[in-house]
Amino acid sequence: MSEFGHKLIDGSESSLKSFLDNLPGVDKVGAEGRAAMLGTRSIKTTSKARAIDLAISMVDLTTLEGADTPGKVRSLCAKALRPDPTDSTVPHVGAICVYNDMVKVARDYLDSIGGQSIPVAAVSTAFPSGRASMEVKLRDTQDAIESGASEIDMVIDRGAFLSGKFGSVFDEIKEIKALCGEKAHLKVILETGELATYDNVRKASYLAMLAGADFIKTSTGKVSPAATPPVVLVMLEAVRDFFALTGKKIGVKPAGGIRTTKDAIKQLVLVNETTGPEWLTPKLFRIGASALLNDLLMQRMKLSNGRYSSANYVTVD
Amino acid sequence: MRIDVMKTYKLYIGGAFPRSESGRSYELKDKKGNFIANPALASRKDLRDAVVAAKSAFSGWSYATAYNRGQILYRMAEMLEGRTEQFVAEIKALEGVTDSVARKQVQDSIDLWVWYAGWSDKISTTSGGTNPIAGPYYNFTIPEPLGVVGVIADEKESLLGLTRGLAPVIASGNTAVLIASEKLPLSAISLAEVIATSDLPSGVVNILTGSKSELIPWLASHMEVDGIDISGADKKLDGEIKKAGTENLKRIYRFEKDASLKRILSFMEYKTVWHPIGI
Amino acid sequence: MTADIFEYSPAPESRAIVKLKSEYGLFINGKWVSPQSKKKFSSINPATEEVLAKVSQGNQVDVDKAVKAARAAYNKVWSKTKPKERAKYLFRIARLLQERAREFAVLESLDNGKPIRETRDVDVPLSAAHFFYHAGWADKLEYAGYGDNPKPYGVVAQIIPWNFPLLMLAWKVAPALATGNTVVLKPAETTPLTALLFAEICEQAELPAGVVNIVTGDGTTGAALVNHRDIDKVAFTGSTEVGKLIATSIADRGIPATLELGGKGANIVFDDAPIDEAVEGIINGIFFNQGHVCCAGSRLLLQESIVDDFLTKLQSRMAKIRVGDPLDKNTDLGAINSSAQLTKIKELSESGTKEGANIWSAPCTLPTKGFWYPPTIFTGVTAAHRIAREEIFGPVLSVLTFRTPQEAMEKANNTPYGLSAGIWTEKGSKILWAAQQLKAGVIWANTFNKFDPASPFGGYKESGWGREGGRHGLAAYIKGAK
Repeated sequence: MSEFGHKLIDGSESSLKSFLDNLPGVDKVGAEGRAAMLGTRSIKTTSKARAIDLAISMVDLTTLEGADTPGKVRSLCAKALRPDPTDSTVPHVGAICVYNDMVKVARDYLDSIGGQSIPVAAVSTAFPSGRASMEVKLRDTQDAIESGASEIDMVIDRGAFLSGKFGSVFDEIKEIKALCGEKAHLKVILETGELATYDNVRKASYLAMLAGADFIKTSTGKVSPAATPPVVLVMLEAVRDFFALTGKKIGVKPAGGIRTTKDAIKQLVLVNETTGPEWLTPKLFRIGASALLNDLLMQRMKLSNGRYSSANYVTVD
Repeated sequence: MRIDVMKTYKLYIGGAFPRSESGRSYELKDKKGNFIANPALASRKDLRDAVVAAKSAFSGWSYATAYNRGQILYRMAEMLEGRTEQFVAEIKALEGVTDSVARKQVQDSIDLWVWYAGWSDKISTTSGGTNPIAGPYYNFTIPEPLGVVGVIADEKESLLGLTRGLAPVIASGNTAVLIASEKLPLSAISLAEVIATSDLPSGVVNILTGSKSELIPWLASHMEVDGIDISGADKKLDGEIKKAGTENLKRIYRFEKDASLKRILSFMEYKTVWHPIGI
Repeated sequence: MTADIFEYSPAPESRAIVKLKSEYGLFINGKWVSPQSKKKFSSINPATEEVLAKVSQGNQVDVDKAVKAARAAYNKVWSKTKPKERAKYLFRIARLLQERAREFAVLESLDNGKPIRETRDVDVPLSAAHFFYHAGWADKLEYAGYGDNPKPYGVVAQIIPWNFPLLMLAWKVAPALATGNTVVLKPAETTPLTALLFAEICEQAELPAGVVNIVTGDGTTGAALVNHRDIDKVAFTGSTEVGKLIATSIADRGIPATLELGGKGANIVFDDAPIDEAVEGIINGIFFNQGHVCCAGSRLLLQESIVDDFLTKLQSRMAKIRVGDPLDKNTDLGAINSSAQLTKIKELSESGTKEGANIWSAPCTLPTKGFWYPPTIFTGVTAAHRIAREEIFGPVLSVLTFRTPQEAMEKANNTPYGLSAGIWTEKGSKILWAAQQLKAGVIWANTFNKFDPASPFGGYKESGWGREGGRHGLAAYIKGAK
């Protein structure tokens, strides 16, 4: 079907179901074993320094609290642009990720401090549950785009997915994607912690990609477990294989639970050894996080001056 | 006066009763020197044919349910019971023992078939099991039959001697090539008649009569034979048989007379299967 | 630019933890003694060809001394040691191995050439686990199903291979001691060092003198041990060829043997397999430990409908295998253990090409010193090719195809070996059916090359006699047990 740029399905629910049900299964123990093995990779010295900067540039610096205020968002934007105020060699982060009502605050502030190149991502479509009518979801998305969001992090309807209504999930993504058009990149949040099995993670990944996602994202950050290495592995495999089938490169965004440099580097190793280094760019890999950035900065200081750093030397969010 | 109809004692291969392909036989006399029979003097080619028959019967017999094998072994006991008089007569004639000794031997043999019949569906339970692995795997071990097992029958106690070797071997699902007692082969051939009329599939048991010294080396070196019970061979030959068997690492054992689970397990292999656990 | 954005920097494990002596004697009767011949040979690091230490060449006289020590220890001490005390010695050994785990891991990598990731995560922890597991059996043998009064054989001769030097030692020594036997062990000629370090563990555990004796040397030392008239049992792990020689040489003596020999394991991938995990399983099946694994999945049997896609995935995965310094924590494939083994791998690989199969090796830079072979697969292999029949014992995979499950079983079983097999399918009933059909002692379904002290290991057919590990493995060291 040409509107998706591939011929894997014809757009009908039956062709979608048949495609998804014919995907090979994932063996849990095998997938977890592979992820655990890659977790033993030892990234030292030069490669560690590169990995830290790469990870910083991939962070979607996130605040998604009911207590968020314009002040908090602005301070986050400042940090996004200059993660370490004392060191200009630190790259800026991949994006700022906020609730809809903070999009304009973030966009305006970033623009005012020279952060025009940093996109603002909005969590839309009745985030985090997705439990709203399609009309509301579309309006929500429209609102975010109008406020200046150039990335939309939408949630799928997990209830529909789990009850086998693949067509309904597919249509929602397709409609949101149509709304995003050229104005915004679409990240589709699978909320893997609610999908229960790796088989479902694989199916949901393909479902999102078939429907037009630019990125597939693990989690809202509101549900645990979130971006575990095996989940990300399964998603990376899906992205790799989708590329082989269609020639389209889809991005991956683990979010939730990635708090330390070690966690982040494990994610980069997963990318490096699954999709390969072509995905090691903020264009195709993002890490949704908040506390992670400070740990990356502290590790970066340790590498440059040889001392273990202190939380006093990184900014509080 | 009525002339007896004398029985021709032939080999038992693949469910048929052929003469030796070599055309040879040997004369068997009782203790007083009276002629009894001319059993076949099996050749290496007969042995080869017997192994082929045993090999082709293995798949069906080993994959039959253990319950089914048990019933068939029990059926053999039933058939034997019905033919007690024939076996008693043959044992008396060849071994020169009293009626009660011969009868006791037949009864003991029948009881032994019954004992092993009951084993067939217990072996995996007593000797297999699950293994607690330090990881997310289900792991179990089961005993499986080896394949083709040669059984060299005892030179004494014509029926009981061969039953000791044969019953445990086939109870687990092996198929057998039995080299009968050279001096006391009649029970072996009569047992073949029992087998032919019980439900044991053709080829599961094959019986050769003749010269042990001629047949054993071919059995020991045959690459399609997986194990040998050498309890009935001359002990002096043990080393030679084992050496000949090393070319395919045959499992070769000699046993005491007791009936035992060990006799069954000696001709089985343990298979261990792993599978991950997870959704 | 992206290609080198994330090249891993070298991450070598420090070898400072290993303190090697320049020369080693034989460990007999609790003492370090010089070999009668005074001859020593070098144990080298196969990754660099550097000499690690000089090791003693034991001969018949040394073997005799060791057997006598083992006999005396058996008669005077070990057979009189209460089972629960025997258990505690084994528990001690397990703990000491855990305490010195990193030291053993580094030394094993140095001496064998295998990656530190494997020695650290597999060889050494499994060795300790093996002692811990068997320790618990020592005073519970009457519950093992071998009668009310299970007895040891006495003095056991044990010969172990070079592919898992410490782990094979553990597989041999732990059950032998747990059941009350004493041991004369001959480590492999090219990998004796962890066994010699293990002697130190025996000392630290205060194991009575003579219970474990370690005689290093070459094949002649092993032959002297097997042919010694006062041993009660032989346990050997190694090639089928040598296994048969041992079986022949003990045939007249009526002593039993446990033999863990070669294999040509089939790893069977059905079209309904969990493909990504199957790819990992194939990789692990043949490239784990450089393919120096008797139970390696060295024949890949692929269902024809998935051949192209699967091979593409497999090759792309093979290209990511990191070959190099065994002490680097990121190394996946280390050095070939010896120059002789490398020659054998090359010779068999050449036969594959000559006989018409297509070779493909992962693009990787091999170090200039030491013995190396890249991850390699052969496609277009037929059942008649030597590489489909003979054990290569290296990182070389032969790929065959099949159309139906029945055909897969026939091909898998078409070998004199019967050690291992792998099944990859998500259909449960097919797994159990295939597991039933395959003539092999260890069947891994949707996994491969997993080991555990509680799991019996050993082969059908010409892959050997007996089992090691688990309740079933105990039989190897209990008189008359089956």
